[in-house]
Amino acid sequence: MTSKVGVIGAGMTLFRRRLQEAPKELCYEAAKMALDSAGLTLADVDMVVSGSAPDAFDGVHMKGEYFLDGCGGYRKPYTRVFTGGGTGVFSAIAGWWHVASGLADCVLVVNEEKMSSCQPHAQSVFAHIWDPILDRPLRPNLIWIFAMEMNRYMTIHKVAKEDIARVAVKNKRNAVGHPCAQLADPNITVQDVLNSEVMAWPVQRLDISPPSDGAAAVVLASEDFIRKRRIRDRAWMSGVGWCIDSTMWTDRDLVFPEYVARAAKMAYRMARIEAPRRQIDFAEPYDPFDYKELHHLEGLLLADKGEAPKLTREGVTQRDGDLPVCPSGGLMGVGNPIAATLGIKIGELFWQLTGQAGKRQIPHEVRTGVCQAWGDLMQYGSVVVMRA
Amino acid sequence: MRVGIIGVGMTAFRPSSPEYSWKELMFEAASRAYADAGVDPREDVDSFLTCAEDYYEGFGIFDEFVPDQLGAALRPTCTVTGDGLQGLANAFMQIQTGLVRVAVVEAHSKASDIVTLEGIVEHALDPIWNRPLEAHPYVVAGLEADAYLRSSRTPPKALASVVSKNRRNALRNPHAAYGADVDVDQALRSEVRFSPLRALDISNPADGCVVLVLASEEAARKFEGRPVWVRGIGWASDSPTLETRDWAGATYAELAATMAYRLAKVRRPSTEVGFAEVDDRFSYKELQHLEALGLAKKGEAGRRAMKGEYDPGGRLPVNVSGGSLGCGNVFEATGLHRAAEVALQLRGDAGSRQLDGVNTGVAQSWRFVPTATGAVAVLGVGR
Repeated sequence: MTSKVGVIGAGMTLFRRRLQEAPKELCYEAAKMALDSAGLTLADVDMVVSGSAPDAFDGVHMKGEYFLDGCGGYRKPYTRVFTGGGTGVFSAIAGWWHVASGLADCVLVVNEEKMSSCQPHAQSVFAHIWDPILDRPLRPNLIWIFAMEMNRYMTIHKVAKEDIARVAVKNKRNAVGHPCAQLADPNITVQDVLNSEVMAWPVQRLDISPPSDGAAAVVLASEDFIRKRRIRDRAWMSGVGWCIDSTMWTDRDLVFPEYVARAAKMAYRMARIEAPRRQIDFAEPYDPFDYKELHHLEGLLLADKGEAPKLTREGVTQRDGDLPVCPSGGLMGVGNPIAATLGIKIGELFWQLTGQAGKRQIPHEVRTGVCQAWGDLMQYGSVVVMRA
Repeated sequence: MRVGIIGVGMTAFRPSSPEYSWKELMFEAASRAYADAGVDPREDVDSFLTCAEDYYEGFGIFDEFVPDQLGAALRPTCTVTGDGLQGLANAFMQIQTGLVRVAVVEAHSKASDIVTLEGIVEHALDPIWNRPLEAHPYVVAGLEADAYLRSSRTPPKALASVVSKNRRNALRNPHAAYGADVDVDQALRSEVRFSPLRALDISNPADGCVVLVLASEEAARKFEGRPVWVRGIGWASDSPTLETRDWAGATYAELAATMAYRLAKVRRPSTEVGFAEVDDRFSYKELQHLEALGLAKKGEAGRRAMKGEYDPGGRLPVNVSGGSLGCGNVFEATGLHRAAEVALQLRGDAGSRQLDGVNTGVAQSWRFVPTATGAVAVLGVGR
């Protein structure tokens, strides 16, 4: 039966619009950093899990096979999992069941994304994520579909654009202490966001995280392994949950991410969390757009429906607030190499819970954190609760 | 904790299925599997896993399109970008954690929708070192077949007997797309494609879908399905680069088998395994895989094949289903199909191709050109 699983190491590369390294090299760098931080070598690793979003970004069919040696999968049991943007947290959940099943003692989880090799822009891959009969003839793109969701959220809950822009400002400022950050900005203001170019109303340029190249990795191990190796820096994965909603996005209520709520409830049940707002000290929800952080805080049951903008306005979600949210700087500040956001979700929880977050360390003591990723076509939630 | 397969659902495999979309194929196989197991997906299933690759499917993020036709909307669902047996391995682990009691694994092929199969497979080659050579990707299989035949001193005639056996076996499988009364001479005379491989040595694409329902021993008692136990499972990858891998032996299969046998406590596979369903998408792969699985000594599989030892009435029946040569290449569904076939044999539900008195069988998969990745499952009935 379930054995306790701990995160014992994490690593991530720079997140940049264009990195020179090939996909395998990015995987290698992140994997090496994670193993080094755990004080282990590849020989200690029983199995490897990788995560990456569309193959078309890298332009390689079966890209999990292509970069498996960079991930350390050579002559080991190796699997890639893929749940769109949800992969950022989901691959760690897959790593969790490798260990919790008792089949492995130590698992390396490596996520990679190289969006820059996609020409002229990563958006062209997103032209192929739509239903070929019902959606594609409308020639949709991701910005306008998220504009619809954002607009609905703003309309139903009567949210002012300023309150959404505050998320972008908070996260880009939080990212200032992050060594891998692509878009950290210590001086950004709400006015800057409101003045930025309109992409598809109400989405403006500074409401969106940038496409990035990057990789991240974490090392997971069983309680037994952690005790025998006397590993001190560890954070326990005490709850996992994942959920997909229907393919037909037109049938969904865009104002509330029910799939995130279900994934969260699954994780909370496992972690024995009955009152999330009281029992959870900080959160790393998925924030590829600023409104998504608010949307996801509500999905994670950390705010009532429509309450998240108020918490943001009142400073509750600042790093020194009562519920710090995206202390890493999130995708808005650090960057959004889809699956590699593992490093700013699971990775950040590990660093915060073990007191290794440096300049980003939350000033008060935190013992329980939750992270979440979101993916596919606005339909996937993956949630992990971690404890010190 | 024991994990059992309690439901098997398959569509027929066919060269093309113009009246069905891939969603409808999935719906049909899933409905059959749920009926077979007696489960209601909306109530009884805790986790759904699909095995698919974006390029084969023609989508940017295929995972989006999975839930509705499986009954998985608003449920825990994920994609394993691997062969169906790797999906089975992940479902097995999920159940072992205790978090999941009943899991569903799905894999399918709608190869007839693929306009540029060669181009897709070519895109799996290293973009810097191999793609610029502009060779047909099956050249990799030809080179590997050559390395295998030379190192094991297997006569090319042995490949022809694999082809003949599997195409003929498929005649007794109502699901098979390419059953035919092919004899050894016909196979030896077919046109050379990727020397030493000839046209009949290469499996042809087919459409089809396979769904399995897995359950923990405790959960299995609640449902009608007669469990076939997953006694052991293993998966492994050798080097992805063509330049540094083992060409003669299938190291990935050997590593995967070692793991699966360890979990299943199989010490002497050659005597303990009653029959096998192994990947034969190129004829030589069946022989290479049998040796890697420890079911034949190195260099002996070819000679044993020529003696008929792998025929349905032979010492070790192999690919009684017809394999991929007889049923068709269903891409990521290939390994799951083999597991389904082994389960049907063990339950005594294999119809006119039923073997007598079998209680342990092995299913093995490979992720096709140009990978060196595979998985092995040891399945059994009884205690």
